[in-house]
Amino acid sequence: MELFWYIVVISMLTIYMLLDGYDFGAGIVHLFFAKKEEDKKAITKAIGPFWDANEVWLIAGGGVLFFAFPTLYASSFSGFYLPLMMILWLLMFRAIGLELRGLIHNSMWFAIWDTAFGVASLLLALFFGIAVGNIVRGVNMGDVVNGVSTYEAHYFTLPLWNPSLNPLSESVGVIDWFTLLIGLIGVVALTIHGANWIIYKTNSTINSRLKIIIFKLNFVLLGLALVSLSTWHLVLPYLFDNYISHPIFWIFPLISLVGLGGLFRIKHFKKDGTGFVFSSLFLAGGLASTALSIFPNFIPSRNSINPSLNIYNTAASSYGLNIGLVWFGIGILLVALYFTVQYRIFKGKMDEGDYGEH
Amino acid sequence: MEDMIFYDRMQFAFTITFHYLFPQLTMGLSLIIVYFKGKYLIKHDIKYNDAAKFWMKIFALNFMMGVVTGIPMEFQFGTNWAKFSELTGGIIGQTLAMEGTFSFFLESSFLGLFLFGEKLIGQKLHFLTGFLVFVGSWASGWLIIATNAWMQHPVGYEILENGKFVLTNFGALFSNPWLVPSYLHNQSASLVTASFVVAAIGAFYLLSKKHLEQGRIFIKTGIAFGLISSLAVAFPTGDWSAKNVVKFQPITFAAMEGIFDTEKGGSEIILVGQPDMELLKLDNKIAVPNVLSFLTYQNFTTEIKGLKEFDVSKWPKNVPGLYYSYHIMVGLGTILIGLMALSAFLLWRKHLEKSKWILWAIMFASPFPYIANIAGWYTAELGRQPWLVYNLLETAHGASPNVSAGNTLFTLLGFVGMYVLLGLLFLLLLGRIIYKGPETIKN
Repeated sequence: MELFWYIVVISMLTIYMLLDGYDFGAGIVHLFFAKKEEDKKAITKAIGPFWDANEVWLIAGGGVLFFAFPTLYASSFSGFYLPLMMILWLLMFRAIGLELRGLIHNSMWFAIWDTAFGVASLLLALFFGIAVGNIVRGVNMGDVVNGVSTYEAHYFTLPLWNPSLNPLSESVGVIDWFTLLIGLIGVVALTIHGANWIIYKTNSTINSRLKIIIFKLNFVLLGLALVSLSTWHLVLPYLFDNYISHPIFWIFPLISLVGLGGLFRIKHFKKDGTGFVFSSLFLAGGLASTALSIFPNFIPSRNSINPSLNIYNTAASSYGLNIGLVWFGIGILLVALYFTVQYRIFKGKMDEGDYGEH
Repeated sequence: MEDMIFYDRMQFAFTITFHYLFPQLTMGLSLIIVYFKGKYLIKHDIKYNDAAKFWMKIFALNFMMGVVTGIPMEFQFGTNWAKFSELTGGIIGQTLAMEGTFSFFLESSFLGLFLFGEKLIGQKLHFLTGFLVFVGSWASGWLIIATNAWMQHPVGYEILENGKFVLTNFGALFSNPWLVPSYLHNQSASLVTASFVVAAIGAFYLLSKKHLEQGRIFIKTGIAFGLISSLAVAFPTGDWSAKNVVKFQPITFAAMEGIFDTEKGGSEIILVGQPDMELLKLDNKIAVPNVLSFLTYQNFTTEIKGLKEFDVSKWPKNVPGLYYSYHIMVGLGTILIGLMALSAFLLWRKHLEKSKWILWAIMFASPFPYIANIAGWYTAELGRQPWLVYNLLETAHGASPNVSAGNTLFTLLGFVGMYVLLGLLFLLLLGRIIYKGPETIKN
């Protein structure tokens, strides 16, 4: 049952990254590449009716994490206190940036909220990438100093950075060169993802330019991915254990690779949605591969005194997990229904109708 | 340690108080909008659709504020109350995860369609989306109150040796005797807020001689919903909730009513007075003999235990705060019933529009339901102290052991800054919507 809920949580967070990820990407494109007012408008229209429901995947995923793995929820949310609060504030700024923009038609007002939306999106992409990096690298579980735990075995606290920015030092920080690297991958990958969404959902005039940008950024992404892969084993020595014992898992890195490789053909795609499919493959495959590289751990411990947080030592009781299956089964079917209705109604290009102009 | 708990509590209290300014309006308002929309579909009178459209704008702004300020609430369970989450997450995680799955997805999927999709989906489906948003927001309230009800009156659990609470009976979470009365009390109170806001803006338009037609609809609808809901807040839901308190939390009951001594032959009801915690008595007391015993037990002479009967260590930590919260709630609630009853009478006698003073009164009373709602929640939460889970887990043992007081103060200050900004923006935008008024039909 723990395994089932693990898959549910990872799937919900992956869906979150795929969906809200294009919102962040659209925000980054909006910030750096959209110069004309009509392009900016097209971009906000492309995500207008969706972003709120997309964000719910984070909230609902967090809720399921809380219910199924309460110890993990408690430990990780308190351990990553400040970075999470910053993510929170950025999510709030992103939301008000998007929702308040259209309420007053004034160029100064637009400028303020455009910037809030764009900068918040950029930082969110960076922070979520850094978060993934932190989870792979692990933490000093229990805050062990000189062989003695400061807290109970499953609690920890991280400074935002340690002076050396070295992921291999004994007391690690949230930001080091490894997590920063994953953060950059997050920014580049989500920019590509968002640009693909804009191409898919609008007839915006920057679409042809976006294809060139995606093509170029894809080289950057490939480079960053290679660097991260070559350093991954430094922070996570048992990286390949699961892949060696279960060769079937190689399918996930392969999916990711197909996604990355496919995007080099962006200029030749006939359908506007193809690029989005490939960037989704890259992200989903990448996240699944990452999760599998540390499985069954959620957050690895970097010391030998306290154990890693894994799906078994953080789970709720089996009665609770079993009963959750009933309501969650019903709930997720309803969610599938809502999303089908939503995406049916808003199929096609979003910048043609006057919908979504808040 | 003391500082740590203090800042954790301040941050939660501040963020939840600010947050609850918005859902208390949107839950009630969603029902009133559904009413307007339904009336339009039945009567085909465009006035009602215009009314629905106007209120949807105010709803949208409030809903957005509710969403934005709601996310920190879920986060804080983990960030600031990690120990509480770890120990009870197997139980309250159920209801909170259900809120995300059943309520937030429903609301977020259909809110956009409801707010901007009228032309796209047609009138009947538009009504349906509004109805679904209403269902989503009321379901959200249900699951939050179910969570709170468990903290007030824990059921269906077992405590393991390591202190963890384990769920043993899922159904018990929803058959908790604390849940239904609290939910109905809370939802009626939410409807009071919405009714007063609708009526107050109606009164504003009538007094400023603008948008008269819509103003009349607003004031009539506001008074109709307001009279029913403000009565329902007191009876049966408030009465029922109070009986739960006396049954399950007798110390809390004594503290909130301000009863220090057990009176043989029946307790008085305190209307006014200031608790003196040194001498353990009320100063400048105005009270009516025996009425509290009657209200509680339908018998003027039944004995009610005073605070002094209980061990001081079990008392709520902030007796005066609890006492004032409760009395502010009840006092304002009574004023609101009176005001609505009078308005309804004048409306029935067709004197309402001529009686300018009552329009002014409705307008200026519109913040009162907000204060009463918040005071009601303070009563519930201060009343539960020193416990997080009543009688089982102390608040002091629920905070995150690994987040220092300094860090929490930092984020608390951040929230204060952020919410001041949000509050100013909200007032600016709300003012604009009200000033522009409902769109009048162009011939």
